[in-house]
Amino acid sequence: MLKINNLQAKIGEKEILKGINLEVKAGEVHAIMGPNGSGKSTLASVLAGREDYEVTGGSVDFFGKDLLDLAPEERAAEGIFLAFQYPVEIPGVSTTNFLKTAVNEIRKYRGEEPLDAVQFLKMFKQKMSYVNIDQSLLNRALNEGFSGGEKKRNEIFQMAVLEPKLAILDETDSGLDIDALRIVAEGVNKLKSPDNATIVVTHYQRLLDYIVPDYVHVLYKGRIVKSGTKELALELEERGYDWIKAEVDAAEVSA
Amino acid sequence: MNSNTDLKAQLIADFKDAEGKMNGEAKSPIHLVRQQALQTFDQLGFPTIKHEEWKYSNVKNLVSQSFAFNAPSDFSAADVEQMAIPNLDGNILYFINGVYNESLSTIVSPTDEVVILPLAEAIKSHADVIEKYFNQYADSADNAFTAVNTAFAKNGVFIYVPEKKVVEQPIILRFIADARETNVAAQPRNLIVAGKRAEVKVAEAFRSFGENVSFTNAVTEVYVAEEANVHYYKVQNETDQSYNIGTTAVYQEGRSVFTANTVTANGGFVRNNLNIKIDGEYAEANMFGLYIPNGKQHVDNHTAVDHAKPNSNSNELYKGILKDKSTGVFNGKIYVRQDAQKTNAFQSCKNVLISNDATMNTKPQLEIWADDVKCSHGTTTGQLNDDALFYMQARGISKDSARALLMLAFAQEVIDKMEIPAIKEYLEGLIVEKIYQA
Ligand SMILES: Nc1ncnc2c1ncn2[C@@H]1O[C@H](COP(=O)(O)OP(=O)(O)OP(=O)(O)O)[C@@H](O)[C@H]1O
Ligand SMILES: [Mg+2]
Repeated sequence: MLKINNLQAKIGEKEILKGINLEVKAGEVHAIMGPNGSGKSTLASVLAGREDYEVTGGSVDFFGKDLLDLAPEERAAEGIFLAFQYPVEIPGVSTTNFLKTAVNEIRKYRGEEPLDAVQFLKMFKQKMSYVNIDQSLLNRALNEGFSGGEKKRNEIFQMAVLEPKLAILDETDSGLDIDALRIVAEGVNKLKSPDNATIVVTHYQRLLDYIVPDYVHVLYKGRIVKSGTKELALELEERGYDWIKAEVDAAEVSA
Repeated sequence: MNSNTDLKAQLIADFKDAEGKMNGEAKSPIHLVRQQALQTFDQLGFPTIKHEEWKYSNVKNLVSQSFAFNAPSDFSAADVEQMAIPNLDGNILYFINGVYNESLSTIVSPTDEVVILPLAEAIKSHADVIEKYFNQYADSADNAFTAVNTAFAKNGVFIYVPEKKVVEQPIILRFIADARETNVAAQPRNLIVAGKRAEVKVAEAFRSFGENVSFTNAVTEVYVAEEANVHYYKVQNETDQSYNIGTTAVYQEGRSVFTANTVTANGGFVRNNLNIKIDGEYAEANMFGLYIPNGKQHVDNHTAVDHAKPNSNSNELYKGILKDKSTGVFNGKIYVRQDAQKTNAFQSCKNVLISNDATMNTKPQLEIWADDVKCSHGTTTGQLNDDALFYMQARGISKDSARALLMLAFAQEVIDKMEIPAIKEYLEGLIVEKIYQA
């Protein structure tokens, strides 16, 4: 479904992504790990269409379409979902109102009839149970004054409502207590199907205990420097990143 | 500063002309007030941008034109239909080009609850009340527009709520400028007197139509007795060729509440002065405002609240969304006199510039002579939050819808202060329409 080929991006004069290659097929879960500042969130933002980043090279193909050619809202309508590392507070707009607008704009893009109030009510109710989220939270202004955990839970609720083909979860586990982590992970697992795929950005193995990845990639200095299976995550948990950094830095020097 | 202009010359000539045709009234006390005001106007002349209070609002193009004052119009019941505010119940008074139109108007409140009369009639029938309150609060001394309005004071409404009366139905004053035939002008003059513990809601709704220029110079004085509660609305929805300049001058006694909502949906050139004097303890003044200029529209809000006695509160929130090449001005004065200990005065003015060509000038002015007070003020002018826009887009909401949602959410805080449901809905509609306009 997703083919990233030699993707490069910069912000201002700063090069952040220096040639990313990654292929994600339907039904797969990919974990992306890597030290702080290595470019994980940047990759997620570039895939979602953030304009602040300038793509300087490479290509991204999503179901045969050139993703980089699409506006962020078109990517969302095509089935890309980004759960933000730092969800934005939107004063004055309730979560339900926000999602109704989003759902109906996406339906319009796909040439489908808008949902009415009753259909929304039913759908929201069902999806709320996935992540154990409270109605009162959804009536409040989106993310405004939400606790860190509530924000993350709300991201997954939105994902449940929008049913993306490719979900990119950027550190959805950070700020969650142990129970919430399990609830959120179970929510993600419930949404998994042979037709969709998930990219999980995380620093910790504990999330991967619940959402078991098929592949694990290490991003460092804007490149995927190592890929493996779920055992790689365990090794990283044990040994940290120094050995990988050393390998990469040694290769850089000799090059 | 004594600028002679076409409009000034016209007004002075009109005044002399009308005076010549008066018989007995020329010697009445109210006419002496008018004469004095005309003198003040003559001395002041219309302000130029050299006048500190008019620095950002240039009336040069206005005062070089001539207008038909109180022009006849064939505005009819069918037109009323067109301009009606949906679902609005209550007392609805129509003023067409400044002149009260009785046949289009509806007065539903019983007369023992509230007296609603054209000012000219009230001058005769309620001379004592008029003498006591008329021209006591609107100050002509440094405002040529108030002076010339006073000089011509005749058209407008007189609203008198006796002690302890709660007026159930709102009073809506619809000022309609019909500029289809020619440049038209009107100078409504209103007086609202709310007796002790009385309660009333009054809305002034301005509307203009036609291709020619319209000029409205309205002055409203409001007296709020002890424990009275007055809700006052000023709603402007005029054409780009309209000038709407006006002053609302309020005087509050102890334990009274006065709330003003000033909403400018449209208008070529708008200047609203709102002056409140709190001359009693434990009183509360609320000032809310919203303006959404686009194109080359210009909206200027000048507010002043004068705390003269201890233990009173004032609360002010103005919000603006400025599109295209529009310009906005906010000037908010807070005075806290030496006597006015334990005053709480809050002021906030927040603006969003939607285009790089829009400008907003804000100036809070606090003058505090008392030492035990709580005052705060803050003004912000910014853009829509890019992070919020991207977040919304990433969920499938188009950039235009995302911008509109953010603007509407921003405006909602002020819209929610409206207490007349039909007016609130009407404004919501206007604002949504304006926000979604490209
Ligand atoms: N808007 C920006 N302006 C300047 N530099 C930026 C900007 N966004 C990202 N960067 C830089 O790009 C690099 C990669 O940032 P990114 O947020 O992608 O890292 P990350 O891998 O997600 O890190 P973390 O694990 O801490 O979340 C960092 O050095 C960061 O400072
Ligand atoms: Mg990150």
